[in-house]
Amino acid sequence: MKRTIVALMQDHPGVLHRVVSLFRRRAYNIDSLTVGTTETPGVSRMTIVVDGGDIEQVTKQLYRLIEVLKVSDVTNDPVVEREIALIKVHAPKAARAELVAMCTVFHAKTVDVGPNTMIVEVTGEPAQVDRFLDVIRPFGIKEMMRTGRISMIRGSQAHQAALEAPEDAPALALAG
Amino acid sequence: MSEERTGAQIICEALLREGVDVVFGIPGGAIMPFYHALPEYPELRHILCRHEQGAGHAAEGYARASGRAGVCVATSGPGATNLVTPIADAWMDSTPIVAITGQVSSLALGKDAFQETDITGITVPITKHNYLVNDLSDLPQVFKEAFHIATTGRPGPVLIDVTKDAQQARVVPDWDVKVNLPGYRPTYTGNRRQIREAIQLLQNAEKPLIMAGNGVIWSGGHQELRALAERTGIPVITTLHGKGVFPEDHPLSIGMPGMHGWVHVNRAIQECDVLLNVGGRFDDRVTGKTSTFAPNAQVIHIDIDPSEIGKNIKTKVPIVGDAQIVLQTMVEEMPERTAGDWLAHIRSMQEKHQPRQRYLRRPDTAALMPHDVYDGLNMALQSRGACKVVTDVGQHQMWAAQLIDWMSPRTHITSGGAGTMGFSVPAALGAAVACPNETIWVICGDGGFQMTNQELATIKQEGLHNIKVAIINNGYLGMVRQWQELFENRRYSGTPLTGPDFALLAKAYGLPGIVVETVEQVDEAIKRAWDYDDSVVIDFRVEREANVFPIVPQGQSIADMLTEAPEPVSAS
Repeated sequence: MKRTIVALMQDHPGVLHRVVSLFRRRAYNIDSLTVGTTETPGVSRMTIVVDGGDIEQVTKQLYRLIEVLKVSDVTNDPVVEREIALIKVHAPKAARAELVAMCTVFHAKTVDVGPNTMIVEVTGEPAQVDRFLDVIRPFGIKEMMRTGRISMIRGSQAHQAALEAPEDAPALALAG
Repeated sequence: MSEERTGAQIICEALLREGVDVVFGIPGGAIMPFYHALPEYPELRHILCRHEQGAGHAAEGYARASGRAGVCVATSGPGATNLVTPIADAWMDSTPIVAITGQVSSLALGKDAFQETDITGITVPITKHNYLVNDLSDLPQVFKEAFHIATTGRPGPVLIDVTKDAQQARVVPDWDVKVNLPGYRPTYTGNRRQIREAIQLLQNAEKPLIMAGNGVIWSGGHQELRALAERTGIPVITTLHGKGVFPEDHPLSIGMPGMHGWVHVNRAIQECDVLLNVGGRFDDRVTGKTSTFAPNAQVIHIDIDPSEIGKNIKTKVPIVGDAQIVLQTMVEEMPERTAGDWLAHIRSMQEKHQPRQRYLRRPDTAALMPHDVYDGLNMALQSRGACKVVTDVGQHQMWAAQLIDWMSPRTHITSGGAGTMGFSVPAALGAAVACPNETIWVICGDGGFQMTNQELATIKQEGLHNIKVAIINNGYLGMVRQWQELFENRRYSGTPLTGPDFALLAKAYGLPGIVVETVEQVDEAIKRAWDYDDSVVIDFRVEREANVFPIVPQGQSIADMLTEAPEPVSAS
């Protein structure tokens, strides 16, 4: 089953390696992974889609990483999900009108036109991007790239993490 | 304090600020600036090991004996990769060590420079955290964080890789640094509601058990553990790494569980209705086949690492917290109760299943049995006091766990999770430095001994007089041979081992060596070694095919133990 995990982490070199290493160790295949900045400077956000079994264990192990601030499995939460795809389609003059019509239906944009090709950009839920690709595949896709999904829980609940430890955070050394 | 320092000097001063008094290491190109600075800090003792693996295990031994972080140092490339085994060992056994490695200059990073290895990349899965420092201004912050991470929460190894130019450059260090790790906030106190639920479960249990592991030792919770056991009369099991956390002569101590645990302990686990695991991680050597483990038990699991709870065994009451703090709360809130018939029942099982192994002697010889050696060692250890035992990995390790009465925390030091042969001699070196007034016994096999015995030279050079090495020499990689005997129709593939004359080898290192071949020589040899004013090696030439029993065949239920070989050699 596909699971979607949202994680916040400190924006340090190597942190992506640490996160990915955990999934690799359990031999989970990552379907998509997106990283970007957030509302808090110094905090990065990842949306990870994996095809794997015991995600709870991996989630707990993600917390063991010193730079990981917060992890949520949002698979069963009401979320807004978006993905962008750029598609370079075979588009001789004769086919262009029909292609543009299809783009209009899917709210896709034409962002580049060449002698025999067009690049179109589509943004939407991953399933919607899938459908659009099905529709334009007959035209001949020369090149395609999807960003992978980003997810955000609906409503006022916020997935945030502070960079300053609260004053009351315990700091207990070894008893020895 | 506002003077300029080189990065190397800052490292030395950072170590001193963290209370470090000794580092174990070997110099090399990329760490030379650190070694250049070292003589300026005489309060920082350096112990030159003979192999970086030895330096790493020595840091582990120091940590396990003292309860403080151990520090090892190596150069880049092969120096750093030789530390990988001890770092992995420390990771598996939650041992706080800080490994410092030199790295090639920042301009050469990633260009396959001489002796360049991506050691931070290599150690990602086996460190609690690691750092690559190429800006020397970061050094005070990094060292403060590294020691904080290594020694708090669930302890573990941290590696700091410092480029050569960062060690050489100069800066005025800013020591006014605070640990700010927003993603690292271990939970210490334990959830009150869950603690109450645990107490309720234990209170209503008819057949409760406590299983105590490594976490109790590191939290310093042995007194709280004892108080809880005595208040409730609940029998206590100690895991391999829990050995010593609960005195084994205590009426409530029942022994070790698992693959080489006693029959009555594993039976008790299979019968118990509530199992309180504190500071253990349900390793597969403890549980056997997990689906059949403790089938009637509701499990309470206290662990400071949330990712351990529910990982291997289904848990009814998870309690994330420090063992000492949680146990203290339980002692305060738990009503008194008594052991009742349950303990008597376990003791009666123990009567029925006393291990017979110590009496298995080949009919045609009067060979020295390993158990004769352990009898002698145990007697000496119990009467002398002020000692620790470091074991290696294999048959001798399990015999030590079974046949020595472990009485106090930090007296039993071994490689458990990783099972690293070659651990014992260098780890004993670290323990001997940490505890100069104690006698450190090494018990190891002839196989493991030969993996790291070059550290005898370090022991000699450093003038350490308090290490006594007992080699249980059977001329085999004994544990593998035992499996081959029991499960592979005696196909002794790759296990016969011809060693050197270990007493002569000791002599070559400038240490006395003693050979023991008969039962009568055992006690005298131990006494001579103990009283001799130098480190000593004893070569106990024991029966070659003695076995560790009981044994749970790998992957099987702990209910199915073999208590003797299918065709016992003799039982006279």
